[in-house]
Amino acid sequence: MLLNFEYKARNELEKEGRSAAPVYGESEVVCPNCHRTLKESQAESMLMTCICGHHFRIGARKRLGYMTDSGSFTELFSDIESDDPLSFPGYRDKLISAKAKSGENESVITGTAEIGGFPAAVFSMDSLFMMGSMGAAAGEKITLLFEYAAENGLPVVGWTVSGGARMQEGLLSLMQMAKTSAAVRRHSDKGLLYITVLTDPTTGGVTASFAMEGDIILAEPGATVGFAGRRVIEETMRQKLPRGFQTSEFIMEHGFADMVISRIVEKETIASILALHCRRSSDGSL
Amino acid sequence: MEAYERVKTARLSSRPTALDCIHSIFKGFIEFHGDRRHGDDKAVVGGIAWLGDIPVTVIGIEKGHTTAERMERSFGAPEPEGYRKALRLMKQAEKFSRPVITFVDTSGAYCGVGAEKRGQGQAIAENLLTMSALKVPVLTILIGEGGSGGALALALADRLWMLENAVYSVISPEGCASILWRDGSKAAEAADALHLTAADALSFGIADRIISEEGIGTEDFYARLKDDMSGEIRGLMEDSSLLERRYQRFRSFGRRTT
Repeated sequence: MLLNFEYKARNELEKEGRSAAPVYGESEVVCPNCHRTLKESQAESMLMTCICGHHFRIGARKRLGYMTDSGSFTELFSDIESDDPLSFPGYRDKLISAKAKSGENESVITGTAEIGGFPAAVFSMDSLFMMGSMGAAAGEKITLLFEYAAENGLPVVGWTVSGGARMQEGLLSLMQMAKTSAAVRRHSDKGLLYITVLTDPTTGGVTASFAMEGDIILAEPGATVGFAGRRVIEETMRQKLPRGFQTSEFIMEHGFADMVISRIVEKETIASILALHCRRSSDGSL
Repeated sequence: MEAYERVKTARLSSRPTALDCIHSIFKGFIEFHGDRRHGDDKAVVGGIAWLGDIPVTVIGIEKGHTTAERMERSFGAPEPEGYRKALRLMKQAEKFSRPVITFVDTSGAYCGVGAEKRGQGQAIAENLLTMSALKVPVLTILIGEGGSGGALALALADRLWMLENAVYSVISPEGCASILWRDGSKAAEAADALHLTAADALSFGIADRIISEEGIGTEDFYARLKDDMSGEIRGLMEDSSLLERRYQRFRSFGRRTT
């Protein structure tokens, strides 16, 4: 079941570190799409979606809480954090504030979990950590997760949120696109399943690597999904982009996602897909 | 030379382009067109040729020299069709056991409505996925600008060589300055901060060799380059652990021990 989602023009790709997500009050949230005020408990009961269909941005850990079986998540590689290989201006301070803001020590959380009883390796990215940008640490965690999943015969389910490669780490962050892709390929060559769920926003170097490399690509309604930033395109083309450009619905219409799926039925859909790929004998062979 | 001077040098329209290199280094180049999906992107050229006595597949991002040429080539900014043409030619190379040589020179993947509609991100991602396991040797020569994912999509190679004044960066210095300091005119400072020169790339192990630009564009220059390339390609063709080595090469960037 898909909820109707009304588009609202946004320009948030460039807002690194300044989330366009609504400010949550003590117990109320305001929907940025329909401007309804919702009790937080009400929004929570709908997995942080609004009655109008808007999907609020949520943190990486909260998302895993919604999408995996209670108590099943075991975090892996959590000790890997970014350092500042280029001594890039202001980067150390940015990392400190990103940690404080997100409560995470990197832009992606990795581990294993069960989804509807099916074991999977999972990753979840966090927009509050430097807009989910990928530096060497994030690339390393994703790569290690795919290597772990390949070794243990696990499918990978990943939720992407990213402004792209993290420019503060220069070429090293660009190389993570190659590194993660190579790991995805090795996992894939073992006949293992990889599901990506594109969430708001998924752009840049992450779109151009592991986000678009899933066997099955799901996308949350209304999420911004694209390669080049909207503002960059508008400035280059000197034209205003149409409403609904670079959304989940847009990329599905153009053939680049399998389905747009409401968060409310996302977990059961993923579980159903996992079930259809589970015809393996106990020794892991086909 | 300062980093930003190199950026400006790398962008000069007088520098050798991919087609200049292809025509000067290889014999019998036959250009092929089209991605068999949507169209033919003139920013990417490719085909088959002889490198000495070795049949190879050659792919390049072509900027052109004159304004008319540069407009026709979209200033070397490939659309998804360009990446898909390259992908098709690389798979063809794999089928016929031909090494692949790519010449990279782009400010980045084309930025526009059509490119987004036709899956620019997906096109680049698919190239990365495929190149990471392509069974034939891949040698990339970065001749001018190496603009982020748009360059990497043709540079996931066993060896990366850079011309002395070529640059390789995750973002343009102007773009970086405008994000960091809201001031595009601070590009020179951004260029320093990004560590985008050939010497930087070499020090990170991302580039394997820096090609001197002494006599750039002359017969001698190309003859030297051709000899070096032939030697390298021969070595790679004999490597029985090519794919494992390629995996470990990229695996090593930012590796941590847990």
